[in-house]
Amino acid sequence: METFIGKPVKRREDARFLKGAGRYTDDIKLPKMTQAAFVRSPYAHAKILDVNIEDAQRGDGVVAVFTAQDGCGTFGVPCGWQVDFKNGETMREPQHPLLAKEKIKHVGEAVAIVIAETLEQARDAAELVKVDYEGLPAVTDPGKAMEPGAPLVHDQWSDNAAFDWCIGNDRTEVEAALASAHHVTEMEYRNQRLAPNAIEPRSYIADYDVNAGKWTLYTSTQNPHLIRLLLCAFVLGIPEHKVRVVSYDVGGGFGSKIYHYTEEALLTWASKEVGRPIKWTSDRSEAFLTDAHGRDHVVKSRMGFDKEGKIVAHLTDEYCAMGAYLSTFAPAVPTYLHGTLFQGVYTTPLIHLNVIAPFTHTVAVDAYRGAGRPEATYLLERMISKAAKEMDMDPAEIRFRNFIPPFDGVEQAGYQTQVALQYDSGNYEAVLKRGLEMLGYEDFRKSQIAARKNGKLLGVGISTYIEGCGIAPSAVVGSLGARAGLYEVGAVRVQPTGKVSVFTGSHSHGQGHETVFAQFVADKLGIAMDDVEIEHGDTDQVAFGMGTYGSRSLSVGGSAIIKSVEKILEKGAKIAAHKLEAAEEDLEYAEGKWTVKGTDKSISFGDVSLTAYVPHDYPEGLEPGLDFSSFYDPTNFTYPFGAHIAVVEVDSDTGRVVLKRFVACDDVGNVMNPMIVDGQIQGGVVQGIGQALLEEVIYDESGQMTSGSYMDYAMPRADDVPMIETDRTVTPCPHNPLGVKGAGEAGAIGSTPAVVNAVVDALSHLGVTDIQMPLSPQRVWKAMNNGR
Amino acid sequence: MNISITINGKAYDHDIEPRISLAQFLRENLDLTGTHIGCDTSGCGACTITLDGKAVKSCTLLAVQADGCEITTIEGMANGAQMHPIQEAFREHHGLQCGFCTPGMVMTAADILQSNPKPSEEDIRHGLEGNFCRCTGYHNIVKSIQHAAEKINT
Repeated sequence: METFIGKPVKRREDARFLKGAGRYTDDIKLPKMTQAAFVRSPYAHAKILDVNIEDAQRGDGVVAVFTAQDGCGTFGVPCGWQVDFKNGETMREPQHPLLAKEKIKHVGEAVAIVIAETLEQARDAAELVKVDYEGLPAVTDPGKAMEPGAPLVHDQWSDNAAFDWCIGNDRTEVEAALASAHHVTEMEYRNQRLAPNAIEPRSYIADYDVNAGKWTLYTSTQNPHLIRLLLCAFVLGIPEHKVRVVSYDVGGGFGSKIYHYTEEALLTWASKEVGRPIKWTSDRSEAFLTDAHGRDHVVKSRMGFDKEGKIVAHLTDEYCAMGAYLSTFAPAVPTYLHGTLFQGVYTTPLIHLNVIAPFTHTVAVDAYRGAGRPEATYLLERMISKAAKEMDMDPAEIRFRNFIPPFDGVEQAGYQTQVALQYDSGNYEAVLKRGLEMLGYEDFRKSQIAARKNGKLLGVGISTYIEGCGIAPSAVVGSLGARAGLYEVGAVRVQPTGKVSVFTGSHSHGQGHETVFAQFVADKLGIAMDDVEIEHGDTDQVAFGMGTYGSRSLSVGGSAIIKSVEKILEKGAKIAAHKLEAAEEDLEYAEGKWTVKGTDKSISFGDVSLTAYVPHDYPEGLEPGLDFSSFYDPTNFTYPFGAHIAVVEVDSDTGRVVLKRFVACDDVGNVMNPMIVDGQIQGGVVQGIGQALLEEVIYDESGQMTSGSYMDYAMPRADDVPMIETDRTVTPCPHNPLGVKGAGEAGAIGSTPAVVNAVVDALSHLGVTDIQMPLSPQRVWKAMNNGR
Repeated sequence: MNISITINGKAYDHDIEPRISLAQFLRENLDLTGTHIGCDTSGCGACTITLDGKAVKSCTLLAVQADGCEITTIEGMANGAQMHPIQEAFREHHGLQCGFCTPGMVMTAADILQSNPKPSEEDIRHGLEGNFCRCTGYHNIVKSIQHAAEKINT
């Protein structure tokens, strides 16, 4: 019988995408649908003196114009994670209004919504809205936001801090260890602000059915149920069972489509006011100005080493921007998703991280592919490579000396870090050894020396990362400030004919759930993949769900489905035992049938399914039907890890960096579909390369974004990157049924420091020790030429 | 303004506002929603179609500029149930993830292979530089086009 787990099964979702038949939100047209356009602030910080909508209301085709003076003016979107100050003061949580009323807090903040018959009419009328602003000084840098006298983002507080936080060992103990360390490596830099840039812009359609008293919100989201919950219970106060949230095909998320955005709530509210469906699709300029950004940490760090190159202590202070308002998961990103990874893959005995999270006059910062973990990995991996150079050690050797020894989490216990987490299983030496072998590290070092003699600037950079996926369990994250659970829901409905419908709370926006989930369900039930259908993205179909982020779909969502499959098989065995006139314990299940052990007496899955729905000859007291739903709340995070190695050549005349090779050896636990895992790694790696070499959101002093288009914000294009060479080691996760760890973010976490380490390596003989990202030719050339 | 365009072999006659982009016209007036809009400034390439045999970005072309032209969109690539070799190759080699950039990638690939039936990896990467993909890192898109070229040439 054909099995599917572990095989590169081609994706079933591809046919519709390749034919242009995907169902993205903007592709949907409803009868009588209107179109919306927003009036957005050109100021980063301003008083709103007056908003005049009279001309706009008279515009051609205009259906309605709303401002904060209307009924929507009292609503605001909430934050989903509370991180209080170290001194016990509650996190400062400003209202995030759907439309700005008295004050503007970032460029692009919406002041009014114009709804018209056509998009052109809505945009024309939006230009007729007259807003009288009084501009005020702004602050956009998280460090400067905490300087005395900095412009306040929210007047009700005495400074811009939203909260401060620390983790790890006692600071004085860490300071003392640094003071007596053999060597101390120091770095100060900015982990720059990035725009996630899913190629599909955010898009929403809200539709109120007056007769049913029900709303439908079509939305490009990564987590439809969470949006429904927030929208109903925390924003508009409308009944959850009267709201359907639908998210069919979504054109990439990378974190930016996790959050509940003001436009979703405003359109939902307005659809009832105008009694017609309303569509709004962001254009790219709006996306730059209003989609949540990532990163933006200002970092100051010291790491102490002994004579052998072993890390003895690590102390870091960071300013991490929150933006003007607290986005859904923003406070968790520079704290519980960041500080908790400061152990890395090393045995560092003393660690302390202090975080100050200021408001800034910018759009919000929230989780972006990796969320806090790329920032932690960048810091650790740059520091250890810098230390190796300073201590005249090989960057691979210093890592081998510091690695946590292998542990499988079964025979050997999980590894307890200094920063709260307990790693599940790991073999960090193996993954770096394999990576070095893939590259041919020894040979490369020889060719590097030869190349330098010929005036060529070649460099190699290593990064060995760990990350935490499938953040859990709910009770623990609740105690850390999460205002939601972090379980997942998976339902398996066996139809009378033995065909299987699976309903998952996970959401696919490129990850291939429709294929991968069907692979393991088919295998576990011993049936054909064609007999399994995966449903997601519609709250009316799927009971509940927490959605997709943090590489959690397979480890958490997949596990919930497995729980339901087990319940199906358990009940099926009772029916089979009855039909076969045997005891349940005498049955075995394989290849889609129950067989009485040692005999040829058997009954198929299909026959048992039919019996469950036509229960004439049926076990006494057993309910008919074969349909189970399960909630799975993991006992721990999962911890994928890997080694990424970059080879670069720097043009000595221009400073341009050319990426010659990129090798990634990752360990994501068991692999369901290697084709998809490789694809996730390749894509993530290139996003991480983007941060290293190209990408940066820049706000000027007045708070204007000067990188707000594809002409100004550089992302990797096909000719910027080489083929990505991938391989794997497999260290199964010991605590979930599939033994999987997650692969969605790994690429973006490991790759960034590997590239920067490679460039610094290429230029180290010129005295270069660090270059601020992104490594533009100008910055690289300046560093090579000593700031000339 | 009145325009006459042939799209995917079918003739269309429409009266439209001169300011409407070709991409919008395809999506809104003809319901050909396979052509996607990712940026409105020719930066992302999701809206790529072929116009008189050449790949162009339909978001920065006015529909009226296409008057009298022959256009192929992603919907016109397959021959009924039979996918075009480029589409087949993308499926075979996992050249897509979220699928949003995919129509533009396929149309650009068609243009690359038309002008250069045996492109090198460098030729393909250079040919794709007007199209963003945020999911795949381009690795499997390049592989897909390499394999499509082989298939078409045999």
